[in-house]
Amino acid sequence: MRLTGFFIFAASVVLLPVLFPDNYFVTVVGIAAGLHVILAVGLNLLMGYAGQISLGHAAFFGMGAYASAILTTRFSWPSLLAMLAGLWVAGTIAWLLARPILRLRGHYLAMATLGFGIIIHVILVQAAHWTGGPDGLGEIPPLNLLGWTVDGDQQWYGVIAAAMLLSIWLSLNIVDSRIGRALRAVRGSEFAAQMMGIDATRAKTQIFVVSALFAACAGSLFAHQQAFVSPDSFSLMISVELVTMVVLGGMASTFGAACGAIALTLLHEGLVVFEDYEMLIHGALLMAVMIFLPQGLFAGVSQGVRRGWALIASRQRHKG
Amino acid sequence: MLEQIFQFLVTGITVGSIYALVGLGFALIYNASDVVNFAQGEFVMLGAMNAIALLAAGLPLPLAAIAAVLLTTLVGLLLERFAIEPAKGASVVTTIIITIGAAIFLRGVASLLWGKNSLPLPAFSGNEPIDLGGATLLPQSLWILGGTVVLVALVNAFLNRTLLGKALLACSFNRAAAQLAGINVQVMLRLAYGLSAGLGAIAGILVAPITFSSYEAGIMLGLKGFSAAIVGGIGNPMGAVAGGLLLGVLEALGAGLISSGYKDAIAFIFVLMVLFFEPTGLFSHKAAERV
Repeated sequence: MRLTGFFIFAASVVLLPVLFPDNYFVTVVGIAAGLHVILAVGLNLLMGYAGQISLGHAAFFGMGAYASAILTTRFSWPSLLAMLAGLWVAGTIAWLLARPILRLRGHYLAMATLGFGIIIHVILVQAAHWTGGPDGLGEIPPLNLLGWTVDGDQQWYGVIAAAMLLSIWLSLNIVDSRIGRALRAVRGSEFAAQMMGIDATRAKTQIFVVSALFAACAGSLFAHQQAFVSPDSFSLMISVELVTMVVLGGMASTFGAACGAIALTLLHEGLVVFEDYEMLIHGALLMAVMIFLPQGLFAGVSQGVRRGWALIASRQRHKG
Repeated sequence: MLEQIFQFLVTGITVGSIYALVGLGFALIYNASDVVNFAQGEFVMLGAMNAIALLAAGLPLPLAAIAAVLLTTLVGLLLERFAIEPAKGASVVTTIIITIGAAIFLRGVASLLWGKNSLPLPAFSGNEPIDLGGATLLPQSLWILGGTVVLVALVNAFLNRTLLGKALLACSFNRAAAQLAGINVQVMLRLAYGLSAGLGAIAGILVAPITFSSYEAGIMLGLKGFSAAIVGGIGNPMGAVAGGLLLGVLEALGAGLISSGYKDAIAFIFVLMVLFFEPTGLFSHKAAERV
């Protein structure tokens, strides 16, 4: 029962390319949306459930992407092994960073994660010998999964959809596991949680690492799918966009984060025509959602609908 | 070598002064409302861009500068009224995201109004470098240093000597108590936004002749100002000034002695170290755990 929503979502993801084969919105935009969903779902574990803001999540996304890019092009590693290396790097750095960084709260945590994101971005730009500098790194070989080379938009849609569904499934399970419950207790009151015997630091560290792994995995897929990486894809603005996705969907909801990611991807696609106004609309949207629907777009809308229904129902009752 | 280090120090103090002014703006708003305003850097950008645009429209420089500061102050007040006030009582994460949204919005407006190119502002009194026994100094740097000293002294006097300033400080210690003592906290909040927007604008106008300005010039300046405020102990106005100067000098030394490309990374590594080991700031004498 718990997974009903998941199966409905999975079915629609599978059905889309069958119903609309070779549709630009399904294959090209769908791939971008899928990657964003992985990132947002991972970040939501940290922001929504553990209550820790991260304004530097693009750094982990970048680590995965650059690990794959550098290891496959410069050292001819097999792509799967390079991806694992990327996961290892991002996971280790997250683990090392978690203890000092997650001790901070509120604005301090925002500043620390933001600073971390900028440091990684500067390294990506400056260590040109390894990363290709601001021009980026191209000619990344296609993803090879145990002999099967992923090729073309259709196949990529399949791979990314599978990864996305896996990430949602993992997230749903983590939320309902011992650590998920521990995190929710910590978010309610860290002090009370600790009194109940929850190791808050450990729980937060674990979720920070998991969240970094989600991002690094998306990064590896992104690098192979694009066959090109440059620091622009991992800048502060991208971190802010990831936070927007989570917030748009309503924090502490896996499907909320997924929907937020899809909504923002579609919005970007729609705004391509109004390129000059993109920033303006993005900023206004962010402010408006946070001011009027701090619970997120979807929670807000569903609440509004429910309230509307209740109003209509009570009017009916009065008439009767 | 010594001469070189002297030159880096001069450059660092100049840049640090700008960080100090931006950090001071952060501290003022944080004091009045516990909100970190991520759009602070956009005030700096708007000040510079408004001045450039008004100058191009034919106004003389002093008039253009004053008008630009007033316009930016108005933007600060509007931001407070239409983005911060409606979200009163929201969580820290919510307010952070609102001000980030405001920053992106203002950047978007600026790019529509003035395009995406870097635009120059003429130096206030020429470009003839002044020789300082080995190190050189642009006349504009003197304007920046002088302007910072005057503004910091004014803000300091305002906070400690005037009734209005003391009321603003009272809000930072305990808002409920301040309200009970008859201070209109709402008005104080507006005052803080207006003041810090004005301060940001002046910083932007002072620095624009050296760095030029563009719609995205505020991002880094804002973040460095925020760093200055954190290094100095968030909510401590004079700490923010000291933090800004320290950050500027460290950055200039790092850029000169290690690598100019890694300048921003060096600044933020320093900020991370401060956060990890001395999270209440280097110059804070307030009790720990102001979270």
